[in-house]
Amino acid sequence: MDRRRFLLNASGSVAGGLLLPRIGLASTADGLPAGTIAQSALDALPGKRPLIRRTFRPPNFETPVELFGQAYTPNDAFYVRWHSAVPEVPLADWRLRVAGPGVQRPREFSHDELRRKFRTTEVAAVNQCSGNRRGLFSPHVPGVQWGYGAMGNAVWSGVRLKDVLEDAGLAAGALEVVADGADAPTLTGPDFVKSLPMWKALDPDTLIAFAMNGEPLPTWNGAPARIVAPGWTATYWIKAVTELTVSDKPFDGFWMKTAYRVPKGLFGASGFESQDTEQNSPITAIKVNSLIVSPASGATLPLGRRAEVMGIAWDGGSGIRKVEVSLDGGASWRQARFGRDLGRYAWRHWHFDFKPKAAGSQSIMVRALARDGSTQAEQLIHNPAGYHHNVVQRADYHVA
Amino acid sequence: MWRSSLAALAMSLAAATVGADESTIQLAQAEGVERVQAACAICHSLDYIVMNSPFQDRAGWEKTVTKMVKVMGAPIAPEDAAMIVDYLEKHYGKAAATAAAR
Repeated sequence: MDRRRFLLNASGSVAGGLLLPRIGLASTADGLPAGTIAQSALDALPGKRPLIRRTFRPPNFETPVELFGQAYTPNDAFYVRWHSAVPEVPLADWRLRVAGPGVQRPREFSHDELRRKFRTTEVAAVNQCSGNRRGLFSPHVPGVQWGYGAMGNAVWSGVRLKDVLEDAGLAAGALEVVADGADAPTLTGPDFVKSLPMWKALDPDTLIAFAMNGEPLPTWNGAPARIVAPGWTATYWIKAVTELTVSDKPFDGFWMKTAYRVPKGLFGASGFESQDTEQNSPITAIKVNSLIVSPASGATLPLGRRAEVMGIAWDGGSGIRKVEVSLDGGASWRQARFGRDLGRYAWRHWHFDFKPKAAGSQSIMVRALARDGSTQAEQLIHNPAGYHHNVVQRADYHVA
Repeated sequence: MWRSSLAALAMSLAAATVGADESTIQLAQAEGVERVQAACAICHSLDYIVMNSPFQDRAGWEKTVTKMVKVMGAPIAPEDAAMIVDYLEKHYGKAAATAAAR
């Protein structure tokens, strides 16, 4: 039995983890640092199926790309990303506090009170880590060395952040909503706290979500409740959220002021002016992107038989206008067929069939165009923290 | 942060340890390894080091260790920090990759 076969057979029941051979899950390993490849493994957290483990503690696990063939990413397959130890908060003990200088009537809600008082709504949205694909940066930059799988698509349900804020009454001068979760740093480091500008906090699609895909949030994904900020990278989707502070000045915590920053103007306007500085801006909306889900990079395509290529395309909420595929290294492009429209914040599946006519190597490239006119990068836009990798993907296959 | 932080910490430690076993991570057994393990593993598993290799030069590892001390509050004395950087550069730095390739 070769290593690859062993990997596939064992992947359903791995306990201690299994090293991925360099050729295994090639589409997730291409371009990653050698150290990352050497120590990554398929490994199952309690309640999760085997995912690609990048780190044990805090847990950072990414979803194998082949699982993106489903419309919604199953909860037990959804990627896991924490900055510190994962808090487990019993629902009965959980409270959400709303306070701060931007609030007229400070509030505290239990889960039942929130559910009774406010209408439950839902939104289908991609949740993507700011650092998704960081591991593919060249030259590499330090951080969690993610491949393609620090993302997923789900239906999120809960109450509108807007409704809760309006119940507390916004005061004149309300500038940002500062969200804090139950997690805490091990030592004296900065607590993971993020803020949203008022316009994003008051967007009817921004939620305090209790469920994903019709089930309560897994602990690994932010139970009992998390912020859902559709179209924005997951750093704002505070997990196990317990405190909302409406501030009248820019929040200056480490994870806003120093981390999760991109050089000013490199990726356009942030939409978060109160956090912009002369030098940089907070990372905010997801950039238009696409990905081949199958066949897996490196696969053999039968000569003269129809090959079915499928994948996903998504952006920060304008929606996808067009997906194009190139079979000749980018010289010519043909339009892919769309799958079902799941909503502007969700990903869109696409399909493209062709018959390989010559034995040997065959490349497939894919690019998406968003409804707001934005396109993917042809060359990597390098930045120190390794964000917004949306370079047009090229995967290589063998025809035989 | 949750107010009943002690209870939360106890729970979170349980949640963090029931899964796979981080003791399987093997760092290069060489001078300085005990110091590296003692200092870094307080907050995170040691796979963070291997994952971030071998693309960082000495200045890169210095920056990381300085951030851990100054921002994250790692209790590392200056002389220990220097020894930790030495170890990381030697075994998980760019130079280590070049040496291995020869």
